[in-house]
Amino acid sequence: MRILIKNGRVIDPQNGMDAINDVFIIAGKIVAIGAEPDCFQANHVINAKGLVVCPGLVDLSVRLREPGLEYKATLESEMRAAVAGGITSLACPPDTDPPLDEPGLVEMLKHRAKSLNQAHVYPIGALTQGLKGERLTEMAELYDAGCVAFSQSDKLLLDTRVMMRAMQYASTFGFSVWLRPEDVSLANSGVAHDGEVATRLGLPAIPVCAETIALSNIVLIARETGAKVHLCRVSSAEGVAMLRAARQQGLPITCDVAANYIHLTEMDINFFDSNCHLVPPLRGLSDRDALRAGLMDGTIDAVCSDHAPVDEDAKLLPFGESEAGATGLELLLSLILKWAEEMKIPLIVALSKITSGPAKILGVKAGHLSLGTAADLCIFDPDQYWKVEAKTLVSQGKNTPFLGMELQGRVKYTLADGIIVYED
Amino acid sequence: MNNNPQLNKNGELQHLLTTEGLPASILLNILDTAESFVGVTARDIKKVPLLRGKSIFNLFFEPSTRTRTTFEIAAKRLSADVVNLNIAASSQSKGETLLDTVNNLSAMHADMFVVRHSQSGAAHLIARHVRPEIHVINAGDGRHAHPTQALLDMFTIRRYKRNFRNLRVAIVGDILHSRVARSQIHALTTLGVPEVRIIAPKTLLPAKVERLGVHVYHDMAQGLKDVDVLLMLRLQNERMLGACLPSSEEYFKHYGLTQEKLALAKQDSIVLHPGPMNRGIEIDSAVADGKQSVILPQVTFGIAVRMAVMTILAGN
Repeated sequence: MRILIKNGRVIDPQNGMDAINDVFIIAGKIVAIGAEPDCFQANHVINAKGLVVCPGLVDLSVRLREPGLEYKATLESEMRAAVAGGITSLACPPDTDPPLDEPGLVEMLKHRAKSLNQAHVYPIGALTQGLKGERLTEMAELYDAGCVAFSQSDKLLLDTRVMMRAMQYASTFGFSVWLRPEDVSLANSGVAHDGEVATRLGLPAIPVCAETIALSNIVLIARETGAKVHLCRVSSAEGVAMLRAARQQGLPITCDVAANYIHLTEMDINFFDSNCHLVPPLRGLSDRDALRAGLMDGTIDAVCSDHAPVDEDAKLLPFGESEAGATGLELLLSLILKWAEEMKIPLIVALSKITSGPAKILGVKAGHLSLGTAADLCIFDPDQYWKVEAKTLVSQGKNTPFLGMELQGRVKYTLADGIIVYED
Repeated sequence: MNNNPQLNKNGELQHLLTTEGLPASILLNILDTAESFVGVTARDIKKVPLLRGKSIFNLFFEPSTRTRTTFEIAAKRLSADVVNLNIAASSQSKGETLLDTVNNLSAMHADMFVVRHSQSGAAHLIARHVRPEIHVINAGDGRHAHPTQALLDMFTIRRYKRNFRNLRVAIVGDILHSRVARSQIHALTTLGVPEVRIIAPKTLLPAKVERLGVHVYHDMAQGLKDVDVLLMLRLQNERMLGACLPSSEEYFKHYGLTQEKLALAKQDSIVLHPGPMNRGIEIDSAVADGKQSVILPQVTFGIAVRMAVMTILAGN
C-alpha cells in the first residue's frame, strides 16, 4: 500500500517541522516528507489541503475497562473512540477487574487490542498485587508480557515503606513507576477541592496538601532510590511549584496533567454537575493557571485524556455518590487546540504535549514523523467546530463536563501503521 | 446547565432547594405568606383547603422525626394528602437507585416531594429529573442546604426584630458540617443583614467561608459583642471521633452559650436554635429556657413557613 498525503500542514514537534508538505507512505512506514521518492505510485491519495498532518496522538491514561468492567465500556468501543480522537498510542492503567497484575492478563489484553488493528496499546502493570499496596507484583515478568511501566492507578499507596521498596525494586530493572500524588488520609472521602465551591455546596473536600504531601514523599523517595518516576495528573499550583524545584535539581521525574484541568475549575461544578466529579478534584483558577504555565515551561511534559468512561446510571446520583471520571479520548485534541488558541501558543508547541512529550515518557517509538518510522498519523481540520453530544461520541462513556459545548478541531483521518483506521 | 434550577421560566419558584441565588422578593413573599398562616395554626379548626386533593410525599432517605413531622402537619393543615416514606429502611437498601425510587413515586401522581437525604445535592438531582409539574422541597441535603429551616429562622427574626437591615447576626457552632448554617448565611445576606458573623473553632469551619459574605470569629467574647441575633447550631456527637474536637466539655467551655456569654451580646438580643438541642454542650439550659430564647416560637412558626412554601409552590 502506497499512500500520499498531499498539501497538508505537516507539524512534527520532535523534528521541528511545521510546513506545507506531502507525506509519502509505503508499507506502513513514512518514506518521505516533501520531495517525492523515485518511482512513487500512490494507491491512495488523501487531499490534506487546509488540514494539519501530525503524529498520531499519544495518550498516557486511557481506561479501556477490560477486563472485567465491560458494562462501562469495551475494548472495541474505546479503541474505536481512540482513533476517532486521532490517538494511535495509548497507555492503559492497571485498574481493571482483576487488575493487571499477572502476565497472562497483560498478554490477553495486548492480544485482544492487536487483533482490533487500531491504536497501539501499552499496558501499565500493577505496582502491587491486586493494587492492594502490600506485596510487589512480578514486575520483570509483567515487563516481558508487555507492560511499559508500573502504577497504582487511583488505588493510592497507604504505606510509605511499600512505596520505597517498589521504587527500589523497579529501579533495579530500570522500570518507571507512575504515581498519582494524593495522601489517602487527607483525601479521605472528599469529592471536591477544599475551596469556595465545596464550602458553598457542602461537599466533603480534599485539601491541596493532600497532593503536596504525597508529592513530597514521592520526590524524596525518588531521590533516595534513584527510581524513574512519572507523576500522574498533578492538579495544584503548589504541586507544580514543587515539581519544578525537583526537576531543577535534576531528578528524573516527569509529569502529566489531564486535559480537563487546563480548562476547568471547581466553579464548573455549578449546581452539583456530576460530570465534573473528577479525580483529583478540579481546583481553583490559580491552580488551573499554574498548570498551564507548567505546561508552557516544560515542568509538565504531557497532557493526557485521563479517559474514564462511566455508565450513565453511575453519574445519575448525588454528586458525592456518583462515580468519578470523564470520557476523554475524543476531546483530547480539541482541548489542546482550545488551550493553544486561548494562550496564543504555537500549534507545534501545543501538539508536542500530546505527541512527542508523552511518547518519551512511555519510551516507545511513536509521537514523531521521522523517516522510516511507522506511519501513525492524525490528520485534522483545526478550524472545524463540532458539538460534544452523547449521540456523536464513539466512546461508550458519554460523561464529560464539555457535553453540549462546541469545540474546535475535528479529526478527519487517523492512520495506524499506514492503515486508515478512521475517516470522518 | 440552568443557573437557577429553582425557578421556572417565569422566574417563579418551581422548587425550593436552597436559599442561595433566590431574589429577596421571593424570600419575603414566603415570609409574608407565612404570616397569614400563623393565625390558622392557632385557630380551633386548624385547616384550610388550599391544597385539597394534592398528594405530598415526604421522602426521608435519612431519619428525622422533627422535620418530617412539621412538614406533615403543614401539609395536613393545607388539606393535602400526605404519604410518609422512610426510605432509609426500604428500597434503597435493596439497591434501588434514588431516581428509580423517585420515578416510581412520580408514577403514583405525586404533586410535591419533600426530600431529606444524607448527600449534598440530592434534592437538586431529583428536581432535575422529575416531571415538570412536580415540585421539590429540600428538607435537608447532606451539608448543603436546609432552606425551610433558614426561612423559619428569618421569619422568627423578623417577628422579633422587624428590620433585617440594621442587624448584627452571629451563627455559632459547627459551620463545616451544617446545612442549616449555609442556608442561614445565604438568607441573611440576601435579606440585607449588614453584618453576619460566624463563630467556631477552626476545625469546624470550611475553607474560604468568608467568601460567603461572613465575618469569621474564633472567640465568643469578640464574636458576640453587640450582636442582635444568635443562631446556635447543634453539635453532633460524632465530631469528637473525626478529630474535630477533643471533648464536649471543652467545646461547651469555649463555645457553649451561657448567660455570661449571652450578656456580651445586646441586652435585647434573641437566641435561636434549630433543634434538637444538646443542653450543656452548645447551649446552657438557663439560656435555652431563658427570656431571650425564641426556640419554641421557632417551632410554631416552622409550620406556618412550611405551609407558605407548599402553597406558593403549588400555585406556580
